[in-house]
Amino acid sequence: MTPQDFSSLASGRSLTRTLSSKTIFSNMMTGLAFACAVIALIPLVAVILYVLINGSVRLGPQLFTQLPPPPYQPTSPQFNSGGFGNAFVGTLMTVGIASLISIPFGVLAAIYLSEFARDTKIADAVNFMTNVLSGVPSIVMGVFAYGLIVLYTKSYSAFAAGFALAVLMLPTIVRTSTEALESVSGELRQASVGLGATNFQTVSRVILPAAVPAILTGVMLGVARAAGETAPVIFTALFNNFWNFDVWKPTATLSVLVYNFAVTPYKNWQELAWAAALVLVALVLVANILSRWLTQRKR
Amino acid sequence: MTPNLERNALQTDTVFQTKDLNIYYGNFLAVRDVTIDIPKNAITAFIGPSGCGKSTVLRCFNRLNDLIKSFHIDGKIFYHGQDLYAPDVDPVEVRRQIGMVFQRPNPFPKSIYDNIAFGPRLLGYKGDMDELVERSLRGAALWEDVKDKLKVLGTDLSGGQQQRLCIARAIAVQPDVILMDEPCAALDPISTLKVEDLLQELKENYTIIIVTHNMQQASRASDFTAFYNVQANEKGQRTGYIVEYDRTEVIFQSPKNKSTQEYVSGRFG
Repeated sequence: MTPQDFSSLASGRSLTRTLSSKTIFSNMMTGLAFACAVIALIPLVAVILYVLINGSVRLGPQLFTQLPPPPYQPTSPQFNSGGFGNAFVGTLMTVGIASLISIPFGVLAAIYLSEFARDTKIADAVNFMTNVLSGVPSIVMGVFAYGLIVLYTKSYSAFAAGFALAVLMLPTIVRTSTEALESVSGELRQASVGLGATNFQTVSRVILPAAVPAILTGVMLGVARAAGETAPVIFTALFNNFWNFDVWKPTATLSVLVYNFAVTPYKNWQELAWAAALVLVALVLVANILSRWLTQRKR
Repeated sequence: MTPNLERNALQTDTVFQTKDLNIYYGNFLAVRDVTIDIPKNAITAFIGPSGCGKSTVLRCFNRLNDLIKSFHIDGKIFYHGQDLYAPDVDPVEVRRQIGMVFQRPNPFPKSIYDNIAFGPRLLGYKGDMDELVERSLRGAALWEDVKDKLKVLGTDLSGGQQQRLCIARAIAVQPDVILMDEPCAALDPISTLKVEDLLQELKENYTIIIVTHNMQQASRASDFTAFYNVQANEKGQRTGYIVEYDRTEVIFQSPKNKSTQEYVSGRFG
């Protein structure tokens, strides 16, 4: 090929826009991709709108201060009374217990995996098992906690539910924390070691502080998921129609309240179930927003 | 290999002494037969083509290579006469006396103040931290630039300032030796000159070993120069070794070895 052949491809071409079949096809595909993106958003928006419309009927401070009412007829003057304060507290309690167990275990495991066992057989094995654990159906966690704790203590309890949720959260926390720690640059590690820091000092003063925002994101996502779980809680916390602050006693939770109340024929219970669903969705949303805010603030 | 000591009246003491040092990664021999004396309160430069093992040798002096699992050596490294790789030597203590500045500036994502205070805090320093921070920053010629913004993140400084911050961080623990692994490779020419000026001040109090790709830098800034080269064996494994080690002006003006002559005059590498 001579240089002349080469230049002839480009020379003489017009620079003005033309409506060729190529540009039309390109525009169509862009439109198609946009349409698909919108369609994918529809279920999310629909769920949130539906829960918002149905749940907001009862929204008010009494939801968090009052106990679930007996079934009332819509004509009854007390129809709009009652809330699920006990279930809200119960959800905070079970998720709190779950966090207290799973966060220290998860983060310490992640530190071991990323700092001391990276690229070893142990790390591979633990990572594999973490992945398996994250795929185990949540109801199995419930049965596990039931067999291990409920049968042993001879009582349904918030602690048993917290334990089940902890096992459920653990893989999320381990995986996100490991990723967060591994993404801390090796240069910082060397700087710290080069100044004569011990392993403990390097991890606690340099690596962990640098990874905290990303670890918190993982923790928040784990918490949000645990708060919405029903299956592991039915077996373990059971339910309670009254206030309970004892971790060793059966406890109401929002998710079980939705499950119990939604299928009853009583209109006021159905409305409470919707309101509880709304509160759960709001909790998840707040956790997500909080975690995004935490990660962005540090950068 | 000892530089001509009798020609150097200032030469009083040897900080590092290596004997038949071979450095391995697994079965791979990375550097062989390093026998070299590093004099006190002087700047020793390691030069040579990429892959010749000069950084690898440097990282043996503060046992930073220990972080690499397959790393091991045979031969000896003595630090003030003490075997650096003896089983009873704690690498953490070694690194507290032998500081390091890396190729890319790596300040912690903390304030300037906390970057400097990091090392002293590790050692449980009880004295006046403000004064130590100021002294270290002055020592690294950074005080005037940052004295009004000590709370600013170290990572928000310019590249040249970050590197001087890393030097200040290294001297804050008042080490005996400072190892520098291509400290100016990521810096612009003006920042490079500032760091080189700084080196001349630092050698009053510290022994400095600097790895550099920049021949002018070695000839300008150093007192002694070791030229490394690399040789491939029949399996294609490349092993580094020291070709020649002498006073810097000898290496650059009248080297004994032909490949040194070719390298410093820019004919290869």
